[in-house]
This record gives sequence, C-alpha cells and structure tokens, in this order.
Amino acid sequence: MQDLKEWRETLQRHRRVDRPVITVGMSTCGQAAGGDRVIAALEEVRARLGLQVDIRQTSCIGMCYAEPIVEITLPGKPRVFYGDVTPERVPGLIEKHLVQGEPVSEWALIQVPGEAAPYEGIPVITQSTYYGRQVRVVTSRLGLTDPESLEEYVATGGYEALEKVLGQMTPEQVIEEIKISGLRGRGGAGFPTGMKWSFTRQAPGDKKYVVCNADEGDPGAFMDRSVLEGDPFSVIEGMTIAAYAIGADEGYIYCRAEYPLAIKRLKMAIAAAEEKGLLGRNILGTSFNFDLHIKAGAGAFVCGEETALLASIEGKRGMPRVRPPFPAQQGLWGKPTNINNVETYANVPFIIKNDGQWFASMGTEKSKGTKVFCLTGKVKKTGLIEVPMGITLREIIFDIAGGIQDDRQFKAVQIGGPSGGCLPEDRLDLPVDYDSLNRAGAIMGSGGMVVMDENTCMVDVARFFLDFTQTESCGKCTPCREGTKRMLEILTRICEGKGKMEDLDTLETLARVVKNTALCGLGQTCPNPILSTLQYFRHEYEAHIKDKRCPAHSCQALLIFTIDAEKCTGCGACTRACPAGAISGEKKQPHQIDPALCIKCGSCMEKCKYGAISRL
Amino acid sequence: MMDSGSKNDANIKAKALAEVLKRYAGTKGALIPLLQEAQEIYGYLPREVMREIAMELKIPFSRVYGVATFYTQFHLKPRGRNIIRICQGTACHVRGGARLLEAISTALGIGKNETTADGRFTLETVACLGSCGLAPVMMINEETYGRLTPEKVPAILEKY
Ligand SMILES: Cc1cc2nc3c(=O)[nH]c(=O)nc-3n(C[C@H](O)[C@H](O)[C@H](O)COP(=O)(O)O)c2cc1C
Ligand code: SF4
Ligand code: SF4
Ligand code: FES
Ligand code: FES
Repeated sequence: MQDLKEWRETLQRHRRVDRPVITVGMSTCGQAAGGDRVIAALEEVRARLGLQVDIRQTSCIGMCYAEPIVEITLPGKPRVFYGDVTPERVPGLIEKHLVQGEPVSEWALIQVPGEAAPYEGIPVITQSTYYGRQVRVVTSRLGLTDPESLEEYVATGGYEALEKVLGQMTPEQVIEEIKISGLRGRGGAGFPTGMKWSFTRQAPGDKKYVVCNADEGDPGAFMDRSVLEGDPFSVIEGMTIAAYAIGADEGYIYCRAEYPLAIKRLKMAIAAAEEKGLLGRNILGTSFNFDLHIKAGAGAFVCGEETALLASIEGKRGMPRVRPPFPAQQGLWGKPTNINNVETYANVPFIIKNDGQWFASMGTEKSKGTKVFCLTGKVKKTGLIEVPMGITLREIIFDIAGGIQDDRQFKAVQIGGPSGGCLPEDRLDLPVDYDSLNRAGAIMGSGGMVVMDENTCMVDVARFFLDFTQTESCGKCTPCREGTKRMLEILTRICEGKGKMEDLDTLETLARVVKNTALCGLGQTCPNPILSTLQYFRHEYEAHIKDKRCPAHSCQALLIFTIDAEKCTGCGACTRACPAGAISGEKKQPHQIDPALCIKCGSCMEKCKYGAISRL
Repeated sequence: MMDSGSKNDANIKAKALAEVLKRYAGTKGALIPLLQEAQEIYGYLPREVMREIAMELKIPFSRVYGVATFYTQFHLKPRGRNIIRICQGTACHVRGGARLLEAISTALGIGKNETTADGRFTLETVACLGSCGLAPVMMINEETYGRLTPEKVPAILEKY
C-alpha cells in the first residue's frame, strides 16, 4: 500500500506537460464523426513541419454535438478544446495555436486553465453555458485523461478509495458509508445501494458474486458506454470495493456486444490492474482476493433485467424469473449476488474517497448526488451531461442544451426509454429526481433524454416504443407477450388513420392490465409510453382518429402532398425527383400529384425551389 | 484448385473451432462465448458446429439451438460480406432513422435482414448503437457513421 502511495506521487510529478500535446476525442462517437481523419491530418502536418508534439487520444468529454473535438495544450498554458474540427481546419489550427502560440478563439469551445492564467476570449469550462451548471463526478475524467492508462488513473486520485477501504475500514463501515451517502441505483429503479449491499453481505454462504450491469439496452442512452470507454478503472475500483464490502471474491461485467470499444478498454484495464496487484490474489498486499471477468451480451434487451442477465451469464436463454428469491439471496449459480449498474459502481470510489456526507450534500432530500444524462433528439447541443439531482428539466433542455434545434417549438421530452414516459411543456419545471418523475408518469430510468419538437408525432412515439418492447418481449408471460402485440396493433391502426374512439379505452385498459400482471419490469413498464402520451397528448390521438390527421405531419399514411398551381412554374424538378411517377404536367404548366400513386416520400417537396408543394 | 482451396478453408476453420473448444473446456457458463467465437470463425452458426458444441459441452442439442435462436446476435444462415446495421433507436428515430433505412433499402434493393444477391451486403437494424449524439447513425462492420442523410449513403456504400 505504501508502494501505491509512492507510485502515485512519482506519477503526479511526471504528469506535468513539458511539450505541446494534442488530444483527439476518440470514443465511439468521436470515431463516427471522423476523428480518425483528423488524427491523420494532424500527423501529416506534424511530419511536414517537423513539430515536437505528442498526439494522443481520449474519450467523450460530453459535447458530442461538436465532435470531432481536439484539445491543444502548450506547456504551462490552459487546455483549449476545439469543436467541429475538420481535416481542412487542422493546418490553420496548428499554425496559429502551436506555432504562434495564439489560440483560435472563434473555433474554441472551452478552456480548462488548471493552474495557468486563462486565455482571453475563450469560456472557462466552469463558467461555460454547457458545463457551468454541471457537476462532474463520475464523468470527471472523461475527455480529460487517457482512459487506457492506469498511471493516469492513479495520478488523478484513482485507487485512493480502495487503499482507504483495505487499510482502515471494515466491510460494515464501507456499507455504512454508502448508506450515509444515500446513493440509489442508477440502472433505473433507484433501489438504495447500501441496503442492497448489506442484504448480500448478510445472506448466508461463503461464495458470493458481484455483477456489473453494463447491458445498457435503452435506445437513446449511452451513459454507461461513455463511462466504460472513458474511465473503465473507476468501475473496476467500485466493483472491487463492493466485493470487499459484501464478501465476494469473484465478479462479472456483463457488457452489451454492441459496445466493442468498451469491451476492449475493460479488458485492457483488467489486465493492467491485475499486473499491479489491484485485482487478483492478495490485493495491495492484504488477504483480500478478487477476480473479475467480462461477459459480452448477445443482443437481447431483456437481459438488462437482473435475473435474465444472470441466466445469460450462466449460458442460458436470458429469461427473467419470479423474485423473490432476489439475487442478493440466490443469484449467479444460486449464490448470493450483488448486481449494480455501471454508474452506480463508478460513484463508489468518489464516495469513499470524500465521504458519504459529501455525496449526500448534493441533490434533493431523497435523491442524492448527481446523475448522468444523455441529451439527444431535437436539441441544439446533444451530448453527455452530469447534473446534480433536483435540477429542472427546463434548465437541462434550454440552458445546458441551448433549446430546440432550428428554434422550433418544444413538444415533449422522453425520459427513461421504453419504460419511461413523455412529458410536455408544462412539466418542464419539475425537479429531476426519482420521485417527482415517477409521479409525473415518467421514470428516471438509466438517463436517456430524447427531446421532441413539433414535428414529432406522439402517437407514433408510443407505437415506436411498443414496437420495440413487443420485439424484445421474451415471451415467458402472457400479459407481456400478447398484450404488447395487441397494443401495438391498435397503435399502428391509429397511425394509419384506421382507429376508432373505442380503441383509446381498450388501449388504456390493456395498458393497466399488462402493467399490473406482467412478470418482469419489461412488461410492467412497457405501457408507460402509452399512458403518458394518452395523459398529456390525447388530442393528438383524437386528431388521428376523428379528423384522420397527424398534427405533426409525421404519420405517412395520413399525409397528402399537393401542388399549389399559383406558385408552380412547371420546372419539372419534382417530376424527376418522384420515385413513384406520381407527378404529371406539361412543361411550364402547373403540375399535379396523383394521390393514388404517391408513396408520400417527400422528395418532391425538398426539390421544389418555389415552395409550391405542401404537406397537409 | 477451387476444391482444395475450400477444403483448406474448412480445415482452418475446424482447427480454429477445436482450439476455441479447448480453451473453454471446464469453464462455467461457456455456451454463449463459445457460440460467439464460433460465429466469428464461420460468419454464422452452421448446424454441425452447434452439434459439435453440444457434444463437447455434453448438453442436448436443443439447448444450444434454444440459446442460438433466443439472442439476436446469432445467425443460423450465412450472411453477406459486409453487415450494415442501421440504428432504429429513439434518438435516431426522431432524427430521421426510418428515412435512412428506406434510402439504403432502396439503394441496395433488399429489405431488413436480407442479403444482396452478390453477397456483398446484409441489411440489419439495431435498437441503439450508443452514438445517439450523432443521430441518425449506422454501422458497417466495425465502422460507425453518424449525422447521416440519405444523400450521404451512396458514397459510403461505395467504399465496401
Ligand atoms: C427490461 C429491463 C431492462 C433493464 N436494463 C437495464 C440496463 O440496461 N442496465 C441496468 O443497469 N439496469 C437495467 N435494468 C435494471 C436491472 O434489473 C437492475 O435493477 C439494475 O441493474 C440494478 O442496479 P442498480 O441498483 O445499480 O440500479 C433493467 C430492468 C428491466 C426490467
Ligand atoms: S418543382 Fe415546384 S415549381 Fe417546379 S413543377 Fe414541381 S411544383 Fe411546380
Ligand atoms: S411525396 Fe414522393 S411519391 Fe409523393 S409525389 Fe412527392 S416525390 Fe412522388
Ligand atoms: S463521444 Fe465524444 S463528446 Fe461524446
Ligand atoms: S438511438 Fe441511434 S445510436 Fe442511440
């Protein structure tokens, strides 16, 4: 343990930058935005000018809207982050910032001054509109360190918590500290973590397991991916502490197969920790042993449910089973098992290192600490944010994310994925905490927040989620297997303009039955998107049924494309664009659309320069 | 020529499978990772391979088959050389994921879960690729493409 302290001090001394460093965000999303082309351009310029500069890679800093993101840091100067960097911008950036020492403030997003004096004209991270209201705990290293380096993790305070736990704390004290912190599970339901740990600790048996749920199946959510790709050691350290607290010597991380980069980084991190005696036998020279394995999921949403997940690790079909017995009593291979979400574990080292009281000082009375959210959909700034519990939805969507894309009208925010709900404008001042969201008909869920504008049809959104849950239903229990199918049929019918008013009552009844009788959380919560849209957007359902209209102009079957003879110049651009041959007309004469042939693709409308085509 | 080439290929694959089977011998819960690695080798799960795994693990074939058909990751039929996976998750849905799927499906002349006649592409959908900040998103093999529009598609497909 003494060795770890000394090692950390040495690492910290060597961390100072003595030559310029360029760092490129290369998470899944940085790569998708073209980060590798930016690296190639940087390397080309470096070679051409013979520059002494390191080019490194990092993870998601959270401003996904501005990817590719590049950081340039000169020795003793603030770290400057540039957004929307294209290969074409690279030579100019290097010339000005690196060669002349003048950062390009028009292209800069933020700066992180550290101990240096800030540059003029670039927002300092803590005062920027995007980060000013955020509190970064589990995301504190993201985008700022090299996620593959154990050295950097340790130099930035990593493994101080494990040191404290193994050096000074009994397992009971660890659990007590987590209880004081008020930490609740970040995987959806919000069960108090300290209590869960003490159940598993008290369960009889000498073989116990800890499991990390990294299945992250909710569409529109990538918090866990970002944490695993950006700070894998924090999750491993959190799991190690949990293992000590409950008396386990073996653990599994169940990660969905769609996250190859996260799996790769976890494997590297586990190997590095083993090599330094931070995993495996006699950790930090004590008698505590802990072995950690990775299991890649195989593509089944229901495997995010804890009992299904355990069945999947055992190599079976991932079907949920009745609880009790809870995993804390009978989990993996029948042994007591503690299962938590990625973000839950990632919070643990920070809680232990500071203390439970520190964590409990953030958030609201019943929801402590911070929560990571993924802001997506029709907002200006999509990305990953971490905010204190209790912040309002309005602050998140309008202050942090800058409001709606193209300044359109906000319609709804979908929170909690397929188990969550859609909240309208008048719920935007709700504080974000477990209980307020539940009362409003949504759930905290894992942290996906999809923002919708006037062009999103709420009936279609409900149909979309039911389509998802119907496909993912494992089929074990009847209410879910049959109920999702019937509800989907009704919703599809309404979207096609074939609905009847009675359908709304049937839908509501079915939704309540499924909610009350399904076996697992998938079925029990899948009606939430329906119930919340029926509650807040009933008028849209009625418009589809009574007027055969989709107010958002989104349901294809209900669209009608027409050409305004007044505005049409007869240029023929639409005729050429139409894949269905539905448009006819003489040259320079007004054209017409044959509604019987039109497949409602909208191509003609996009091509018409005169605004003569409208969608009703 | 052709014959001995494909025979050789079959041999290499069989050998790789044997090695994987050896590596997992005695490991608890090995069935899913075994199927995953077998699929890596063969591109899909041929019936004989599933039989071999069942024998090796001393479990009924029906259990192997049951697991292979439960998870969407496993494929019991050969697939194309390049796998296109278009995200149909929420964030992509509200930003035009459906139009993207339609454009690609029209461009390739195949529907969801179908393969082009020349075996070049298989078209699949996924519920979320975790790059929602760049929606709409698709993946071709291991490569992720974001901020897509139907217009950008032909140039990307060209590369494969
Ligand atoms: C259908 C379904 C899917 C779920 N998916 C996830 C998931 O992807 N990640 C997760 O952490 N929890 C998921 N859960 C919740 C888990 O069952 C479990 O409650 C959670 O992992 C416990 O960890 P926590 O207490 O740290 O939140 C899901 C639950 C259900 C019913
Ligand atoms: S493109 Fe517009 S103006 Fe031209 S023929 Fe079509 S509708 Fe008329
Ligand atoms: S919407 Fe599409 S199918 Fe209909 S007329 Fe326009 S281009 Fe043709
Ligand atoms: S993945 Fe790069 S900022 Fe989000
Ligand atoms: S919803 Fe498409 S990547 Fe997440």
